[in-house]
Amino acid sequence: MSANTVALAYLIASVFFILALKGLSSPLSARRGNLFGIVGMVIAVITTLTITKNWALIIVCIALGGTIGAVVARRVQMTAMPELVAFMHSLVGLAAVFIAIAAVNNPVSFGLPETLPMGSKLELFLGTFIGAMTWSGSVIAFLKLSGRMSGAPITFGGQHMVNLIMAIVMIGFGLWFFFSPTTNWTAFAIMTVIAFVLGFLIIIPIGGADMPVVISMLNSYSGWAAAGIGFSLGNPMLIIAGSLVGSSGAILSYIMCKAMNRPFLSVILGGFGSEGGAVATGDGTQKTYRSGSADDAAFIMGNADSVIIVPGYGLAVARAQHAVKELAEMLHEKGVNVRFAIHPVAGRMPGHMNVLLAEAEIPYEQVLEMDEINSDFSNTDVVLVLGANDVVNPAANVPGSPIYGMPILDAHKARTVMVVKRSMAAGYAGLDNDLFYMDKTMMIFGDAKKVVEEMVKAI
Amino acid sequence: MIGEIDPTIINLTVFVLAVFVGYHVVWNVTPALHTPLMSVTNAISGIILVGAMLAAGPAETDWGVWLGAAAVTLAAINVFGGFLVTQRMLEMFRKKDKKGS
Repeated sequence: MSANTVALAYLIASVFFILALKGLSSPLSARRGNLFGIVGMVIAVITTLTITKNWALIIVCIALGGTIGAVVARRVQMTAMPELVAFMHSLVGLAAVFIAIAAVNNPVSFGLPETLPMGSKLELFLGTFIGAMTWSGSVIAFLKLSGRMSGAPITFGGQHMVNLIMAIVMIGFGLWFFFSPTTNWTAFAIMTVIAFVLGFLIIIPIGGADMPVVISMLNSYSGWAAAGIGFSLGNPMLIIAGSLVGSSGAILSYIMCKAMNRPFLSVILGGFGSEGGAVATGDGTQKTYRSGSADDAAFIMGNADSVIIVPGYGLAVARAQHAVKELAEMLHEKGVNVRFAIHPVAGRMPGHMNVLLAEAEIPYEQVLEMDEINSDFSNTDVVLVLGANDVVNPAANVPGSPIYGMPILDAHKARTVMVVKRSMAAGYAGLDNDLFYMDKTMMIFGDAKKVVEEMVKAI
Repeated sequence: MIGEIDPTIINLTVFVLAVFVGYHVVWNVTPALHTPLMSVTNAISGIILVGAMLAAGPAETDWGVWLGAAAVTLAAINVFGGFLVTQRMLEMFRKKDKKGS
């Protein structure tokens, strides 16, 4: 194929990638969108095959990687999606580093001049260090999310100073690589190693509660790494695809920060979300709450006109999604209007709770976002809070509270509130929740799955 | 035009426009599909596969080719894993009463 034909085929593939993301604007068009993405990728790969040699090697590697990918995609549990996504970000990062090293080793095979021009060196430097940081950062995120490493932030004195100095040293070696007349492997290698270490150091101080932001941020990095490689190779398709991914991750990070009311910078600097867990002592007075049984709750819900269920990640931990679906169906049959209200940070990654509910075959029309449903709480009979805490804490409306300003689901406005919880322990933010002590609130203690199953039986 | 345009400038043009497109397209994604959005962007960032294939491509085999081959494998995991898991998730987003019960 001529260079022009290749470029045109790449353009077509790029358009398909844009259509793939566009399809996700509605669940109706989403599957077609994913198909567009696959078509774009097939065009890109076949086109590239026509301009490379070593077909056998390449096809064997694609088959090997493809098999691993297919098996992982089929086996992964929906609760483990954040880990899978982190794992896949790390692969993109590492691949970017490998490609950059190969390009420094043999520029001609990428259509670059024998001696790398300064522009290409700068681009390779960018691609390498973003890739390296994506890899090591994602590895830490993966370990934290999968529980192989404690979610508690790891901090030490002078941490930010150490990171800053390392970043400056890394850029210094980058400049040395940049200004060396020949290929300077020493500078390139040291720079790469520092970038790897920096990736680790940047993610370890970030606590478990902030993981939705981190995972979105690494999503963004993996896109920029691909775009960086696109710059080095002068390949507009890589630049377009990488930029789409990069901006997508950046937007998701922004949405997550907004949902937690945390400035992006303070998330990145870390140290928040240590696993406190104890009930905040507050003013020291013993507050009283009302507790009830699953049967009482089932009776009240069965006689209500409208019920909103607020699921939190505790629901998924207890594997109660299917029991909840049954409960919703039974109430629905009794003529109760049942809906679900999802806070943006209800799961462990953006949109996670929606997937978990969809997996339990809860129709997506019953599942509403915070903005769509918040005004309805005040004329709702019963709100059932399952495994959520901070996202329904009215303290967010009180100036001076640590979570002041965080957007919450207005569960406290409903006529009756029921909260299923294992104990009175505080949530991630380590705050006591006034919702639990309101006169109209009934606490139901126990494992979410067992409680919901009891409710189903009682109805 | 005066003289030749540096290819980097053209790349920069493409980059800036693509970021704008991405920005507008992604804000239109419904929040309910943010997890599939992440997994499909994962698959799309597997486009780095193309760069890996070029690295594995030269006829004279040296260590750079093997590095390229490793990158091809890693990127292929992303492409296949990303698209398939997205497909699997999207299958779950059904309207109610689809089954003829």
